[in-house]
Amino acid sequence: MNATSVDEEFNPSVHVYEPHKVGLPALRPYFKALWQRREFAAEMSRTNIRAANTNTFFGQVWLVLNPLLLAAVYYLLVDIIAGGSSKIDAGERFAHMCGGLFAFYYFSGAMTAGAASVVGGGKLLMNQSFPRMLLPLSAVRTAFFRFLPTLVVYLVIHLAMRQPLHWAMLLAPAFLIMLTVFAAGMGMIFAALQVYFRDTTSFLPYFVRIWLYLSPVLWFAEQAPAKFKGFIQYNPLYPLIGGWADLLVRGDIPKWQMWAGGGFWAVVAFVIGSLFFMSREREFVVRL
Amino acid sequence: MSVSDTEKKPMQKSPSDIPAVKVQDVSITYRTTFERVPTFKSALVRFGRGERAVREVKAVQNVSFDVNHGTTIGIIGANGAGKSTLMRAVAGILPPTTGRIEVHGRVSTLLSLGVGFNAALSGKENVVLGGLAAGLSRKEIEARYEEIAEFAELGDFMEMPMRTYSSGMFSRLAFSVAVHMDPDILLIDEALSAGDASFKTKAAAKMSELVTNSRTMFLVSHAMSSVRELCNDCIWLHKGKLMMRGEPNEVIQAYTKFLQVGEAEAVSLEDL
Repeated sequence: MNATSVDEEFNPSVHVYEPHKVGLPALRPYFKALWQRREFAAEMSRTNIRAANTNTFFGQVWLVLNPLLLAAVYYLLVDIIAGGSSKIDAGERFAHMCGGLFAFYYFSGAMTAGAASVVGGGKLLMNQSFPRMLLPLSAVRTAFFRFLPTLVVYLVIHLAMRQPLHWAMLLAPAFLIMLTVFAAGMGMIFAALQVYFRDTTSFLPYFVRIWLYLSPVLWFAEQAPAKFKGFIQYNPLYPLIGGWADLLVRGDIPKWQMWAGGGFWAVVAFVIGSLFFMSREREFVVRL
Repeated sequence: MSVSDTEKKPMQKSPSDIPAVKVQDVSITYRTTFERVPTFKSALVRFGRGERAVREVKAVQNVSFDVNHGTTIGIIGANGAGKSTLMRAVAGILPPTTGRIEVHGRVSTLLSLGVGFNAALSGKENVVLGGLAAGLSRKEIEARYEEIAEFAELGDFMEMPMRTYSSGMFSRLAFSVAVHMDPDILLIDEALSAGDASFKTKAAAKMSELVTNSRTMFLVSHAMSSVRELCNDCIWLHKGKLMMRGEPNEVIQAYTKFLQVGEAEAVSLEDL
């Protein structure tokens, strides 16, 4: 909300609107209002999921079908490029690819939907005053709930590929949380950018595609080609998805650098994203 | 809205000394782009030419006024006078560039650029979403939902996607939502033009009911007769500046004279 409320704590119905000082709204009331309206973000994402699923023939089944088809396509691709003769265990490779792909598509889905949320929220934005950050956050929630069924799909693949189960797999959600925070931050950055540059929508898919190939999704983290090894660690998804896949697929506990790197990128993206978003959000109304 | 609602929620402070809305020397200047679709490509092209498509709009300039509780204030002025911008500032959607706005009470809006409805969702879902965005709890919305649906008279359409609605149905639901959010301050911006005659009568009755319950209402309208009928105070804005404040009749007279349109002609163009 744009309210710089002086006495909102005592009287919720008194609002004072003043120009913001450094371009940011007062943070405490902002996050308070954000928290108060979390139900709005939840309801919005729920209705969006409902609306998306009722229109198609397979409905909910798409949530499972989509990742399966995706895995098949990429497996074929990688297999062909590798010349059909792979040195590594094919089962492990397939499981790894699925685990990585599902996580990556969760990330990219959350980011792109978050990016589109502000421009898509047009009318609501113009007519009501609420913390705009609810929109990209709601998109992240939607992406998360679309991701959940793919976890079950992964588990089935994991078992079908005769991969052993490890206790360490239970640690994998830690990386999932970091990935979610990172996605929320990126979503907010792109959501604000898209208000100013509408062609971000057409540019984003290519960006996402390149990012996929640069991330340890189709290959294991330690297999990075020597040519890229020097800088590929600086890809935020390298620790985030690398750590996730190590835990989930092989049950290896990643080195501390992976944990630190993942946490670092998640925090940086979220802080920069939210500050940037908040500093821009009161302009959205006149720019839409 | 029943009388018990008003009893339940007494005025925060005595209405006579604290105005409902206090606008103090407010200016709103915003920078916006005049491109149809702002793109990165065109930004690059412009950057190469050393041009900028961003222009400053001085929508409201140094406007000050107080509105007491229980007032129905009409806001009139030509297109582009800054009426809608001022309404948005009062609603907290667009913060002022300089100055200060103080609002005492819950604001409910019915603004001109369509209501915050998503056409793919059903009327009911939209009502719930809008209420949640306005900061109501789910319980409060449920309590109001029956009233809203009944007042809008949409019947089964409440469960259908809003893209199936006619524009009249749209505005009926919008009006119903706005007045049933239990507002202390209601902002209405030219939103009554659609809707059939019987609904207009009903809407007018509802508005005067709100006013008698000492709610405050802002009515932006080009319909001078409805301003004259409903309002007991009036503001005339012209190019972002406050031209006149006072009795609706006097202000309207001055305004129509200013426009050099005869009163009769102005009346014939209007609709409530």
